Amino acid sequence: MDKHQFLQSFAEQFDETDPETISLETKFKEMEEWSSMVALMIIAMVDENYNKKITGSDLRETGTIEELYERVSAK
Amino acid sequence: MPDNSFACLAAIAYHLPSAELTNEQLSDTFPEWSVDKIMSKVGISSRRVVAADEFTSDLAVAAAQQLFEESKINPGEVEYLILCTQSPDYFLPTTACLVHERLQLPSTAGAIDVNQGCSGFVYGIGLAKGLIASGDVRNVLLITAETYSRFLHPKDKGNRSIFGDAAAAVLIKADQEGGKVGKVILGTNGKGAKNLIVKNGATRFSKTADESLHEDDEGNLYNDNFLFMNGSEIFNFTLESVPVLVKDILEKNELKQEDIDLFIFHQANKFMLDYLRKKIKIPSERFYIFMEYCGNTVSSTIPIALKHALSEGKIKIGSKVLIAGFGVGYSWGGTVLQF
Repeated sequence: MDKHQFLQSFAEQFDETDPETISLETKFKEMEEWSSMVALMIIAMVDENYNKKITGSDLRETGTIEELYERVSAK
Repeated sequence: MPDNSFACLAAIAYHLPSAELTNEQLSDTFPEWSVDKIMSKVGISSRRVVAADEFTSDLAVAAAQQLFEESKINPGEVEYLILCTQSPDYFLPTTACLVHERLQLPSTAGAIDVNQGCSGFVYGIGLAKGLIASGDVRNVLLITAETYSRFLHPKDKGNRSIFGDAAAAVLIKADQEGGKVGKVILGTNGKGAKNLIVKNGATRFSKTADESLHEDDEGNLYNDNFLFMNGSEIFNFTLESVPVLVKDILEKNELKQEDIDLFIFHQANKFMLDYLRKKIKIPSERFYIFMEYCGNTVSSTIPIALKHALSEGKIKIGSKVLIAGFGVGYSWGGTVLQF
């Protein structure tokens, strides 16, 4: 898994947020555009690109995009 | 003598309440949720909702009357009524008894409610097929009817964007004309009960005076007096169960995926349907979506979509249609209809 590819795929799920403003350090649940709908899109992105399942708990228990990446990598 | 070894969907009709909830109205209430965004994410431009004095039995009666009129069915011929709902008029009596009375069905006809959600239509036709196969009846009127709008908190943007009220009515007959019901697959996992639930208001927990809406870390909103849906858990459930369900339906009916002319899934929301379609590798021309003008109507989504696919000519004589319902419970089911 490539960390920067993950970040790019993560950022692509947002329609209104400038991808340039999204980094590995971004606390994704604090983003203005974060919603339960975006959560579904992230779950779908991880399923499609990495064939891995992330749960609501994974999203709840991680803060930054990098932390989520680490969690997905470990699965 | 009718041949009771066949159960066929002989006619379909549906009814929507007249009051509309449009994306423009939702966007006025939730300014961050633009009209275009609602349409692109959930695939719905408007949904219908019941008026204050309009109830599940009213929608059910209207759908059945529509069916009788459109398909020239005499109510006096109906031998059994199954009404599928999770929003009954009363705890008791059974809503089916109220509907039976208003439709003037024969006093010799059975009438029961079945409490099931998004898998409810599949359950209904499976039960109807069993009743017909028993030889006890020659036909079953199946009605699916929900008024989920009553369960939704006014500030619950997500669920108000998705759910619409509706009823659908189908007549299932011991016959070989129409959509012959194939082998039915069902499944249950009660561990998911907490992820889609109206907790208060039945016997375990009374409704409280609290009307405030809380948000959990994932962005899910909740107030136990209203419907709660954990979107990410429900989505994961569908990703795990629906591909297996489709495979099991095909195997049990001794068919291959390419033998199916049209796939009609429970119309949950467009994003989820698009993703499931891609995951299961179904070509878009063989995957039917109909929810733009009515939303997710729970157990009525499949019969409403069937009705439109038939009238658009997407289903012809000889077509094999795979239907699959999945959701609250968790509960899932599916079959193949051979037209």
